[in-house]
Amino acid sequence: MSAYTLKVRRYQPESEEDDKRGAYWEKFDVELDPTLSVLDGLLQAKNDADGTLAVRCSCRAAICGSCGVKINGQSTLACKTQLGEAAEEAARKARTGDGDAEITVEPMGNMPVIKDLVTDMESTHWKKFRRVTPWLLPAGPPPEREYIVPAESMVDVTQSVACIQCGACVSSCLSMEADPEFVGPAALAKAYRFVGDPRDGQTTERLFDLANDPHGMYDCTHCFSCIDACPKDVAPMNQIMRLRRLAGDDHGIRDVNNGHSHEMAFVKNIRKKGTLDESLLFQESYAPGVKGKLLPRVSAIRGLLDSIPTAIRGIRTGKMRSIPKLIPGVHHKLPGDAQDHVKHIYERAEESKIQLNLYIIGEGGEEDASAEATEPESVEEESATA
Amino acid sequence: MPEHDVLVIGAGLAGQRAALAAAEKGVSVGIISKVHPVRSHSNAAQGGINAALDVDDSWESHAFDTIKGSDYLGDQDAIEVMCREAPDELLHLEHIGVTFHRNEKGELGTRAFGGASKARTYYVADITGQAIMHVLYEQLMKYADQIDRYEEWFTTDLAIDDEGRCVGAVTRNIKDGSTEMFKAKSVVLASGGNGQIWQPTTNALICTGDGIAMAYRAGATLMDMEMIQYHPTTLAGKGFLITEGARGEGAHLLNAKGERFMEKYAPNKMELASRDVVSRAEQTEINEGRGFPDGTVALDVTVVPRKRIHEALREIVLVGRDFAGVDITREPIHIKPGNHYTMGGVKTDIWGRTDVPGLYAAGEVACVSVHGGNRLGANSLLDTLIFGRRCGEDGAQHAKGHGFGQVSRTVLSDSESRVDEIIARQHEGGRRVSEIKAELGKTMDEKVAVFRDEEGIQSALDTVRRLKEEAKSVAIDDRGTIFNQDVLGAIELQNMLENAEACCMSALERKESRGAQYRTDYPERNDEEWLKHIDVSLNGGGPEISYSPVTITDWQPQERTY
Repeated sequence: MSAYTLKVRRYQPESEEDDKRGAYWEKFDVELDPTLSVLDGLLQAKNDADGTLAVRCSCRAAICGSCGVKINGQSTLACKTQLGEAAEEAARKARTGDGDAEITVEPMGNMPVIKDLVTDMESTHWKKFRRVTPWLLPAGPPPEREYIVPAESMVDVTQSVACIQCGACVSSCLSMEADPEFVGPAALAKAYRFVGDPRDGQTTERLFDLANDPHGMYDCTHCFSCIDACPKDVAPMNQIMRLRRLAGDDHGIRDVNNGHSHEMAFVKNIRKKGTLDESLLFQESYAPGVKGKLLPRVSAIRGLLDSIPTAIRGIRTGKMRSIPKLIPGVHHKLPGDAQDHVKHIYERAEESKIQLNLYIIGEGGEEDASAEATEPESVEEESATA
Repeated sequence: MPEHDVLVIGAGLAGQRAALAAAEKGVSVGIISKVHPVRSHSNAAQGGINAALDVDDSWESHAFDTIKGSDYLGDQDAIEVMCREAPDELLHLEHIGVTFHRNEKGELGTRAFGGASKARTYYVADITGQAIMHVLYEQLMKYADQIDRYEEWFTTDLAIDDEGRCVGAVTRNIKDGSTEMFKAKSVVLASGGNGQIWQPTTNALICTGDGIAMAYRAGATLMDMEMIQYHPTTLAGKGFLITEGARGEGAHLLNAKGERFMEKYAPNKMELASRDVVSRAEQTEINEGRGFPDGTVALDVTVVPRKRIHEALREIVLVGRDFAGVDITREPIHIKPGNHYTMGGVKTDIWGRTDVPGLYAAGEVACVSVHGGNRLGANSLLDTLIFGRRCGEDGAQHAKGHGFGQVSRTVLSDSESRVDEIIARQHEGGRRVSEIKAELGKTMDEKVAVFRDEEGIQSALDTVRRLKEEAKSVAIDDRGTIFNQDVLGAIELQNMLENAEACCMSALERKESRGAQYRTDYPERNDEEWLKHIDVSLNGGGPEISYSPVTITDWQPQERTY
């Protein structure tokens, strides 16, 4: 048994005390084994000290997805986070001046709060979920027996099927903070579950829809937050990248958002220069290739003009380091034969476009992968496009 | 006052399947759940779903395994229905999108499971329940025009009219505390089991036997309530489930001396004997000093190839890592028998009809009885889907032939005032809900578990009755209307205690050992006197025991060995 203090972000909309009808912090002291969960701690506080403390929970075993919260600022499940680990993390943050000494527990982000740790998932998470037409749409009537499909395709979508809809990824999504309309990591991972399913007959339509939605698959900024947050290793961002690759590469969808060409601009840019040459990025995104530049479309010109404020902001905030860097050709080259190495990485990635997920390679990452899989390095082809 | 032809209470597999089946029959449907549907406990079913789909398999073989597994207490007409209809149900699930495992030919592939003479368990890794339930929820979205969802509404009582017919339910909207009378022509209970009566348990916190208690109060009969399954592989202390699929994939059970002790208890089926047999074997090893000091034995998954573990047993890799700090691909994990499933419940016929006209039940809340004294692994998902669908179909039919009943105004106001009284109650030295719940859980796990005897069960019953009294004066902290979980906890506690009393009474009554009920004071099965169901009903206020016959068609009881 160890003593822990949970510092809980509370909100009691019906409280008789004025200061509790807005968000406030309250500390609860609990005594539990360090291997027990933060949820166990919250329940001890609720059971023994204050029955008004509201938190959704059910399975206690990271299966039902009820108890999504932020612990020490990180979106996760309360039942899956051990008290001992959470306390160490809090102490580490306190030492670096990055947080409190207590374990902090807050409601999930990107959602309205109903009471204490209970958020309104319906108006956010579930609305987005329904946005992706979340059911199988086969091309014709079902066969007499089962659909015959490759075993690997079922294992492939199982990573998305493993999603428990807890909302942790939505809570952590930085793109959604900037654009609340973003369809978001959970719903897009759900979309991949159908796109990757050979029984679905609307693959192109689904991809076209989500590529052209200004809040769709190209709204993701590739920040990895959802991968960190996901308690089930669904890796929503990876599913989004697979949607993009299927849309842009395999289905040839050129979206109105220029999302695909923007991504390709990065790929081309790095292949050529090794590091990002901002001077070429915008023009390549809107007017790809020689043809694009010689005969720019009206939309490309408009897009470039619209990007000027972004470019100015980039320069002002230091994201683009200096104005000369915006002049084509000024960008520095990588030292020695580093550029050849970059090209080699590209070649290897393109040779083997196979996708390996955790149902295939397991938890141990490289060690497991090298033992079990033939091409461990090719797992994350999209990382080259980042 | 919302009105629906068919009202489904509970939105796990049985409830969602019932709602979809009723909607397909063209009636209006409402589905109510105290949690968001995808939080339902059907999620926790890991291993798979049984069906004799393979050309070399037969429904008769599946039925025989189920009957033998039930220790001949299962009703054979109901088991026949379930096993005959299983292949079509499985194909239906496949057609609407469940990502079942395939063999190398791209056809549906199987894994072995306990108590089965053939590998007939179809699965999605070890998240089968979750995978199926999320697909059903997708279908609820698809049929949103016909099916109204009431997510996070807590049903407090069934509404019964003057003729004793079920005509709706009283339900509290958890989000704002308002209470509604839902009128319905048919009501389907699908609210799950009661595992929270035991601590520890594999069951979720929501499994508080609400539906069993509501139906019982409304006059329905409960059956086989003594038959409580202890799952052979649960994590010590926390009670989390490790799927039987692990043993299906070849994992061994070892005692502290490293012996594969199942050789002694089930030389043919070994680790894949039926669950009651394996749990008793483990408990015997532990009781006789061959377990580990923490009161466990070991499950050795390392004998399964690692590639296969990652592909087929990933969830339990996570359970081991996150909740026990053990990498099951590298070392054995300590496990013990733990409370898992109630075979008993609200007595129904093969269409899910209860003794109360207009009221149906399916899934763990119900007792058809297809599981009898012991449920086979991967038969529970099947039970929920087959009988959920049948309830939905028959409920829709029933609705077409009946109007809405007359609901007395007092039903709503009585139910409301019962809740209001709890909220208003002052703390006057009474115990907290959590204290009573903890004492109940500990008592039941000690005395109404794998091995039982008269003295223990009687003392558990005495404790339950004392706790029932104490529960009448529990006070809560939350006086609000928005998300008042405190008051729901107090109502759930009452429901749990009613379940527990019926369970103890039935266990005390059955003076023999059959299936999950092993009485050390009556160690033999006694077909002459006890090949019958024990029923409990509220008659004039107090619980009363009666008997009903077991339906036997083609399979006469035999000695049961594995």
